[in-house]
Amino acid sequence: MLKYLFAKNEDIPPGTAAVYFGMSSILWFVIGTGLGSFNAAKLAFPDFVMGSELFSFGHMRQVHVMAVIFGWISMAFAMAMMYITPALGNTRLWSEKLGVWNCFLWNFGLSLALTLLWAGMSSGREYSDFPFFIDIYILAFVVFPLGLNVWMTVLKRRTQGIYTTNWFFAGACFMLWIVLLVGNLPEYFQLTGLSEAYLTWWFAHNVLGLWITPVAAAIAYYTIPKITGNPLYSHRIGHLHFWSVVVFYSTPAAHHLMSSPLPEWLKSFASVEGVLILVPAIAFVSNLLLTMTGKWHFFVDNVETKFTITGVLMAIPLNMQGGFQQTRAINWYIHGTGWIVAHAHLALLGFSTFLEGAAVYYGLQTILRRKLYSLALANFHFWFLLIGFCIYWISMTIAGLIQGAGKIYEVPYIDVVIAEHPYMIARWVGGTMVFTGNCVWLYNMWMTAREGTKIPEGRLPHELAYER
Amino acid sequence: MAFREYKIGARLFGLALGGSMMITLYMPALDIVSVASTELGLRKGLSYGRVGGFSYEDPFLQGWGKPQTVLLKKDPKTGRKIEPIYAYVYKADVPFTSSIRHPRILGTGVKDLSLSKGRIGEANEDNGAVFIVAEGRFDGKTVSYIENATATKSWSPEAVLNTGGDVNTTYVGSGKIMFVREGCWWCHTLLPEQTQDWQVFGVPPRLGDFNSESPTAFGSDRKAPDLLHVGSRNSSKEWMMMHFFNPRLVQPHSIMPRYDYLWGEVDIDGKTIDYDKWRTEYTAYARGESVYAPDVPVPARDSEARYLIDFVLSLK
Repeated sequence: MLKYLFAKNEDIPPGTAAVYFGMSSILWFVIGTGLGSFNAAKLAFPDFVMGSELFSFGHMRQVHVMAVIFGWISMAFAMAMMYITPALGNTRLWSEKLGVWNCFLWNFGLSLALTLLWAGMSSGREYSDFPFFIDIYILAFVVFPLGLNVWMTVLKRRTQGIYTTNWFFAGACFMLWIVLLVGNLPEYFQLTGLSEAYLTWWFAHNVLGLWITPVAAAIAYYTIPKITGNPLYSHRIGHLHFWSVVVFYSTPAAHHLMSSPLPEWLKSFASVEGVLILVPAIAFVSNLLLTMTGKWHFFVDNVETKFTITGVLMAIPLNMQGGFQQTRAINWYIHGTGWIVAHAHLALLGFSTFLEGAAVYYGLQTILRRKLYSLALANFHFWFLLIGFCIYWISMTIAGLIQGAGKIYEVPYIDVVIAEHPYMIARWVGGTMVFTGNCVWLYNMWMTAREGTKIPEGRLPHELAYER
Repeated sequence: MAFREYKIGARLFGLALGGSMMITLYMPALDIVSVASTELGLRKGLSYGRVGGFSYEDPFLQGWGKPQTVLLKKDPKTGRKIEPIYAYVYKADVPFTSSIRHPRILGTGVKDLSLSKGRIGEANEDNGAVFIVAEGRFDGKTVSYIENATATKSWSPEAVLNTGGDVNTTYVGSGKIMFVREGCWWCHTLLPEQTQDWQVFGVPPRLGDFNSESPTAFGSDRKAPDLLHVGSRNSSKEWMMMHFFNPRLVQPHSIMPRYDYLWGEVDIDGKTIDYDKWRTEYTAYARGESVYAPDVPVPARDSEARYLIDFVLSLK
């Protein structure tokens, strides 16, 4: 990477930034899920690694969350943007050099931020745990250059229209910038009390709703038509998806604080808007499943489609949960329980990870012009991810329901802890399977870059047979 | 620009996002800033100090630059007996809590009384100050407000600390920092829910209970009892001490981590704590090989364990 930081823009091969982002994201995924598995072990076996402040649960939980959100998920998004935006604009990335710098500053900043966070330098606000100067660094050196590159590539495109995916990419980069700027106001200006609490969840809600969910969906709008060869079922439904995300997903932040003393009108409004999340969700899922018409064999044959469609299918339970669990009728039972933890992993480890995984698999092969090293290892990765995730999701959902019952029947809390113990072990097993799968993925992608079959000019990776 | 065809779309996008910001940020802000602080809110803000996460005076969350809470039974100026009262002591250069710096956030009534009768505008960080919570009448209603006792009663921070003595001094502000840094709030929420919770964990917080508190650390992922009123359920320092050192001493099924490292090197008598020996003896006890568990060392006066216990017991 270092040699390209100071090279002339024209001398950097197209796709370089995407490759660096892709490989970094996989590495961060391994780190993030490794931390997750370690944390889960501590919940199942509390005396596992003790006596050290640095390896205590309270210091490591947020490092796991931030490593997967800013390392894995967001870097995989950046990777997808670096190669999909120019491809859909029939042009080159606006500045490959900016992309390489962006990747370098992102990795540097994230390593620094996670080290400080691990050492205890935290703002004490969930999902915006980084201290304010790291937030400013992220705004200036992570999100701004990324957005600039995407926007300029879209502006310099050589196609007449803008495809749905690029609408999402450009819109989400802009929205993420705003969300980071506004969501961290309590840290810049030391806001207190309800303003601080509300903005914490305003940030947490919108970073998911206006960044992770739309970008992950946008990737599917690219990979499925590209690989199956079917045109998108309806560009107009894609637009419905985009607009309903902007309108409906940006408003229900208060539903995360249904039992706090926020204004009642705000909570009711948020709850109603929260149900409307089903509009973009149904638009997205139906559009992609209809795009698959006649090409369902790809779901079995092709590993990228397998990942994408699995992610799309997971959007169904995700949004059914998301839409209704925040209404007062359901929220009182499951709020603050393991159910929510399961739901959060359904969004990040289920839905969006599977969609991005496809983008990284597909992008690295196309840019490197190398066929995937091993299909068997890719399938191993897929199944370990899926089974590990399902174990996690099911066990935490059950644990959450137990906890909810304990809450309403006023069971002494320790009995809830005892009842949850088997599910804590299951969660650790599931998380460790995900981690194992990711280690295999890293190896597979590394070997793809070095030893994958060369893809001839003019062919797409999935048109070639696997050699292993 | 190549967005010619997208003029309407770009404007609608601005309108949609701007509208949602209007509803979710501007309108709630109007409601939230008009909330008047309750007595509990005043006490929390005063005992926690300026900011509970990262700050310049305490970048690595060691509990530096925080006020002390002193239970006074004598007037530090005259030495006469008084009704027991909590005094919030800000030594010189300790940053004031946000409500002293920006009285506006106290809300109508509380702000007015704090400024006029409480004279908080005269408090000066360079010299330090002592604050107490007093009651007065505003608009026909009884309102709690902050009184700058350094101005109204000539109580100096040093005199208050000396009069109270170590026994009556608690490090609630530094303890809140421990609570944030050690991630207690990843499992213990500070938000009893409005539905069923309050019969077990106590009343949910009210509007105005945290006007000067940051972070509020409500927590979202409850894996352990809510702590908002834990000091009312269990006020035993010894129990807390054993529970933090090794939760399995008092609750065999607990999955809480051991926080023995907060004790540091030495105990209250300056004796070095031999953790390896303690763990060996505890393991023997846990296996049933010995009858008694080893004694838990009493935390040193300035140990992080003491800060945290002071904070947890202050949650009434």
